[in-house]
Formats: sequence, C-alpha cells, structure tokens
Amino acid sequence: MSGDPQSPARRRLLAAGGSLTVLFAIRLAWAQDETPLDKGKLPGSLEKAPWLDAWIRIDADNRVTVFTGKAELGQGIKTALLQVAAEELQVAPGRIALVTADTARTPDEGYTAGSHSMQDSGTALRHAAAQVRTVLAGLAAQRFGIDAPALALQDGVLRAPDGRHVTYGELLAGRQLHLKADRTIPVRATAKHTVAGTSMQRVDIPAKVTGGVAYVQDLRLPGMVHGRVVRPPAPGARLLDVDTAAVARLPGVLKVVRDGRFLAVVADGEYRAVKAAAALARAARWDMPATLPAGASPAAVVRALPTQPNPILSRGSPRSDADSAGRTLAAHYTKPFQLHASIGPSCAIAQLAGGQYTVWTHSQGVYPLQGALAELLGADKATIRCIHTEGSGCYGHNAADDVAADAALLARALPGRPVRVQWMREDEHGWEPYGPAMLTAVRATLDTGGRIVDWQYDVWSPPHNTRPGNAGNLLAATHLERPFKPDTPTPSPQPEGSGDRNAIPYYVLPNARVTHQFQDSAPLRTSALRSLGAYCNVFSIESFMDELAHTAGVDPVAFRLRHLADPRAIDVVRRAAARFGWDAYKKTPRRGRGFAFARYKNLAAFCAVALEVEVARETGMVRITRAVAAVDCGEVVNPDGVRNQIEGGIVQSASWTLLERVRFDQRQVLTRDWAGYPILRFNQVPERLEVELIDRPGQPFLGTGEASQGPTAAAIANAVADACGLRLRDLPLDRARLRAGR
Amino acid sequence: MTTYHLRVNGREHAVDSDPDTPLLYVLRNDLHLNGAKFGCGLGQCGACTVTLDGESVMSCLVPVSVVGSRPVGTVEGLGTAQAPGVLQQAFIAEQAAQCGYCIAGMMMRAQALLAKNPSPTDAEIRKHMMPNLCRCGTHMRILRAVRRAAGALGKQGAQA
Repeated sequence: MSGDPQSPARRRLLAAGGSLTVLFAIRLAWAQDETPLDKGKLPGSLEKAPWLDAWIRIDADNRVTVFTGKAELGQGIKTALLQVAAEELQVAPGRIALVTADTARTPDEGYTAGSHSMQDSGTALRHAAAQVRTVLAGLAAQRFGIDAPALALQDGVLRAPDGRHVTYGELLAGRQLHLKADRTIPVRATAKHTVAGTSMQRVDIPAKVTGGVAYVQDLRLPGMVHGRVVRPPAPGARLLDVDTAAVARLPGVLKVVRDGRFLAVVADGEYRAVKAAAALARAARWDMPATLPAGASPAAVVRALPTQPNPILSRGSPRSDADSAGRTLAAHYTKPFQLHASIGPSCAIAQLAGGQYTVWTHSQGVYPLQGALAELLGADKATIRCIHTEGSGCYGHNAADDVAADAALLARALPGRPVRVQWMREDEHGWEPYGPAMLTAVRATLDTGGRIVDWQYDVWSPPHNTRPGNAGNLLAATHLERPFKPDTPTPSPQPEGSGDRNAIPYYVLPNARVTHQFQDSAPLRTSALRSLGAYCNVFSIESFMDELAHTAGVDPVAFRLRHLADPRAIDVVRRAAARFGWDAYKKTPRRGRGFAFARYKNLAAFCAVALEVEVARETGMVRITRAVAAVDCGEVVNPDGVRNQIEGGIVQSASWTLLERVRFDQRQVLTRDWAGYPILRFNQVPERLEVELIDRPGQPFLGTGEASQGPTAAAIANAVADACGLRLRDLPLDRARLRAGR
Repeated sequence: MTTYHLRVNGREHAVDSDPDTPLLYVLRNDLHLNGAKFGCGLGQCGACTVTLDGESVMSCLVPVSVVGSRPVGTVEGLGTAQAPGVLQQAFIAEQAAQCGYCIAGMMMRAQALLAKNPSPTDAEIRKHMMPNLCRCGTHMRILRAVRRAAGALGKQGAQA
C-alpha cells in the first residue's frame, strides 16, 4: 500500500516539482504506517481544504508559516493552534508564524463561531502537521540512507545517529509540500506531548498590555482618513431632508456622503469626523413612525410573530395526566433582547486602490464578508481582499461586518485613501444585531418514583443567524437609495440548531416532544449571540429540572444524575458538586446554592456549574459568593486558555442573567449607552470562581467557548430560589424583579 | 489649530490640535500611543483611562486644552513587550486578558491605586476598579493581577 506508485499524493508531489529522490523518500516515510488508506472524510477543515501547503509552508531558511481560516477573537485561538502545529511539527512555537483568516492567504474555514475552531482548524492542523513531519522525516532518512525511525527530530532539525543533520527547510529547498492530506498518517501520541496540553502563555497578550498595534482600531495606514456614519434615529425612520452643505464646509471635512438614508462624513482627523457627524445628525430631519411593540414583554413580542412549527424530537408516546399516578408541572421562561456589547465599538479600514479593495476587518467570516461586499459594491469577488485584524471581543455576530460595509462604501467614495470607520457607542448599542427575545414552554410529568415520564417543550425564537450572507444582511446596504433586501433566515438543522440549540435535554427521557417554533423576523434586527438559543434553553430546562426535583422531593444534583446516562456527563456533574461541597453545604440566611448542567449543542463540551448567591430582597441585589465549574472538553490543548474561556463565560452569563435587557418605545431603542444598558461591574462579580478541568487525552477537541453560558444562568436562578424561595422565570433576574418578587 | 505642549510618559511633545479634541484622540492619533482605547466617548466604560497628575481619568472626556503641564501616563509608560513593567508582568503572569480591549485602561486605573496605596485590600481594589468595564468577564484575573503587582511592588519596596 505505502509503496503504491499510483498514490495520488505522490503524483501530485511530482507535479509540484518533486524528484525521484523525493518519491523514494516518501515511500520510506509511509512505510512506518501500514494502515490501509481510509476513503472516509478528512479530519476537521482538511475535508474542505485538503492540500498540505494551504496550511503549512516552510522556507528554505527553515522558517515555518502556519495558516488558519479561523480568527483570533480574544478566545486565545492563535496560541492553541500554534501549540497544535508546534507539537506535531516538533518545532518551537516561537519559530512558527501564524497567519489567520485572510481571503488572499488562508483556507476558507467559514465563520469563527459556534465553538468550532479547535474541532475544525485545530484538528486539520494537527493532521496536516503530522503528515508534513512524517514526509520530511522520510526525505531525511532517504538522504542519509537510514530508516526514518532512526532519526532524532528537534526543533525542525532531523539528526542521524552519526551526527549528520538536515533542517526541514533544507529538505524542501524552497519547494512546498503540495500533497493531499492523508488521514491515515498517525499523529503524535498524547502521552509524548510537550507543547500541546500545557498552559503556554498567550502570544497576543504582551502587545495588548504594552500598547502595541493589537487591534484594527490601532492600524494607521499612510494617508488614512476617518469616516463616521450618521444612522437613522430609529429602525423605521425616514429621512425627510438634510442640509449637507454646511457640514461639507467644516474644518477637515473631505466628503459628505448621502445615499438614500445612508449618511456619512469623511474627515482628515478622527475627532473632526466625530464633530462633523454630530453636525450632520443635527442637519437631518427624520420622520419616525411608530413601528415597535413598546412595553411588550419578550413573551408578547415573540407570540405576535408569524411562527413555523418545526418538530425536532418525537420520542416514545406522549403521556397524558391520566396515565400517570405522578404529578405534572408546567412553566414558561423568557429572555429579552440582549446585546453583544463589545467594549470597543466596531471598526474597519477599507481602501480602494488600482481597482482593488482591501478591507481590514474583525469580522468572524472574512470569506462570507468578501462575497457580501462584492454584491454590495457591484464588484468582482476577486477584486476584494478581506484581512482579519483583531477587534474588541465580539461574542457573536456584532457590528463587525456592518462597519466593514460602511468603510467599503466610503472607500469607494474616496478612491485611493484608506478610510477608517469606527462606530460610536450609541450606534453599537442601537444598531448591532441583538440576541433575540425568546419564549419557552415546558411541561413534564413525574411518576411516583420521581422519574420524568413525559417531557414536552416548545421554544419560540426569532432568527439567531442573519450573518452575511448576502449584501442585504449588511446594515448600510438596507439604508441605500436602492436598498438590498436581507436574506430570509432559515433555522439551522439539529443537532447544532439555532433558536433550538440545546432545546433537547441531554437527559434520558423515554417520552419526549420538542418543537422549535421558528420565526424568521423580529421587530428589531437579531443574530448570533454567544451560544445562540442554548442560553435560554438551558436556563429553561435546568431551572425546570430544579422545579421537578423540588416537587419530587429529591436533591437537585441527585435528580439530574438519575436522568443521565453518559458517563462523561455524570462525571462533570459529580466533580462540580464535589468541588463545591454540595453534600456538606449548610444553608445560611439570605444565601442559597444552585446547580445546572449541559453539554453544549449536545455534542461539544460538558459543563456543570454549582454556585452560591446572597440575595438582598430589600435592594434586589444578587451577589455570587462562590462559583465552581467542572468542564470536559475532550483533549485539552491549553488548560489555562480553557479556564479563561469558562471563567469569562460564567461572568458574562451572570451579567446577562442579572442585568441585561434592551429597552425600546414605539419608535426607537432607548438603551443606547452603558447607563441605559448596564453590565456587570467589579462589585458584582463572584467573590471566588474555580474551574475544574477534566482532561481526556486522545479524545477529540470539543468546543469550549460557549459551554458555560446556559448552565450559569440556571444555576443563578436555582440559587436565588434556594436563597429566598423566589422562582424567577423571566430574564434578567434584575433588582426590580427581585424586589417585586416576580 | 493650536499648539499644545504635553508631557506624556516623561517626554515632552508638541502637538497641533483643535482645542476641544479629547486627550484620547491626541494620544492615539497624534502621538501614536495605542494603549488608551475609544470605548464610549461618554466616560462610562474606562477603556480610555490614563493617569493625569497621578490620578486615573477618562481621557475621552478631557479636552487637550485643559491638560496643561500636568504629566500624562499611559500604559506605554509602564514598560515594553521586551521589558514589561511590574504591572504588565503581573497581567501577563495571570494571563489577565481575553480580547484585551479594556486592559490598558484597567492597568492605568490600577496604576493610580497602587501609586497611592501599595497594599490595597481586595475590597479596595474592587471598589477602585468599579468604573472600568470588561465584557469578556476577565475580572477575576484582573483582580489577581493587581494583587500580584501589589505584592511585587511591596517586595521591591522592602528591598529598597
């Protein structure tokens, strides 16, 4: 098998400029592994981008460059991917340059979203790097006339027992391994790992703490000018008239753009652009029709929307109350519209030069953005290059793509000049696509033994994915004189789902019906916010599990364990309970404990959260005294990186859960700054926060970034109920609700 | 445009600016100091925090015309990536960043605290850091980093 002269990989290498020596060497390299070629899918993103030199290139001087289509969003993905590549290549991480999402240079890995990066890109790089190492070892063995296993490999240098040595770069001599990935090449045994599996420090942090050029906001290009967009005051606002002449005469103003209700200025200085935009806003007169359901609860908002019932689980047979000697419980839960609320408003730089657009963007998907911009600008895709450059954390589909469209439109209006656009705070709060309002209804029956014998669950949700997509999913495109129409959203299929993400409980339920009541529109623009529907679904399911446990008279942790079958799920539940000291817990006045569990998307990381809160009913203040999480995300590449993600997820989810809600009246969004839309501050973050990682060497990477969002919300609600007897089913569990007791 | 003479991180700079331009824009665009960030322009988030005469201020609210001769401190003044200062070392050691957009502001607010109170209690740190927002939820690590820096400064002081 390994010596098959017809091997497609060998033919391609020959086509790419290989020699007979190379061919012979590859046979030797592959002779180490006699596994028959598997015709199955290639690992991770190799399935979409199978050529090794799309992922790894090595220069003659032994410099290694690794390419990924995923982007750094502050989740530490650069570091984890470097670790994976370094481990398999056996090259020091510091000697590897990593190129992230760039339409001119990297594989198309779609969006950096859904906790997929390690599964997609990490897995691809691991296998590609292992193959590169194996092929190069074969070449070295051939050169030295020895067997490949006799070679010692250290930091990209292969050494024969007699001291002769050669580097990766010397072996390739400027050629690249244009070979197709082969899934049968073995990766390094986890037990031998020295780089992967360690808490290597993040490569991006030194620049971030010393004022380096770390973000797209920090780029300064020669001749760069500054744009600001004046958004309509409300989604339904119509521009009656605007006097642009006075604004055009302001100091430093280079251009005033009006296209439909898209209004913008470009100036030679950033603050001059800010001032000119404020003047332009004052110069515009708008008609603001009443288009929004003012004062409506999230339940009323979503109930009023057209709904497509989409059954996603039908197991066993429904049991009516009459069948059961036990008890039936039912409840509704809701979540309001919520913000991504990046600390840094979205930013992009675009330049049109020589018929080519270059866009520096913190979009989660440079390739999809390239397509959307091509449609918006009426340009060929090949004339647009999108380069990912880090921005402020986005936590999903925020305004990153929208501001890239703004910058591209202004670059077209001012050819030659790089145009930097950053949104103002009130634009980010007012116009980013929100996490949608949601409603869930759950009804379950317990048998006399305290087991769930029937489960019925419905989730109503507007779309969680309105990413570009087409040009109409870019905000500015909908404001132009000749507007683009947004795509009609469709539900994402299970098991990942969208609004129905994690709507199917991970518990053993013999009779269960789950329906996704999908809604393709909402009164406000909505899209993907970290964990999508999982946040509200896990909040609902795990709150209800506590209500059922209470009714059954069973400890909530024991109640969960009796409905779990997966040993890994059982393990995280037990470990979180043990670390928290669940069984020995002594309740004190005003304080209570809460527990929750979910496996993200029912296929990614397992996460259980146990926490204690202190509730002051008179002020409505909820303080988390201690939180503990146990997490199993398969094989761990960077333990501290996983802890950082879980800790951050818990604190962010606590903020959503205790404080956050977009408010609006009939005409406009009212929560346009941090005073109107507060988020958690240092006084309310947990006193203590501990993360216990369960490493599973050799198991596939399971996405972690969104795993703690849902469990944290339910654990807080359960702890509040334990502390003061108040079962709150509507998010957020804010001070007003705590004081009012509903 | 008026010429202003600013003392930033111990160095004198002459900049031509409109008088109402907030210090933040001058630091970033005229002096090319990236540390202070635009977050809200409203003094609500602290991403733009710098020190002015040793006090932490939100530079998005301070017009350049009122700075005068008072010394301005930004995160660039604490050290470099090659030779990080005590506070920077502490943030690196604790890996106290996710996206990191708020972090330079966090560090400058902490710097103002530690300059006055080298061994703050946990409650004092939390109270002092209240004005600054972090969306990634890195708070626990930020608190640890400030405590670590305080400890390191304490040791330096003891040796001095």
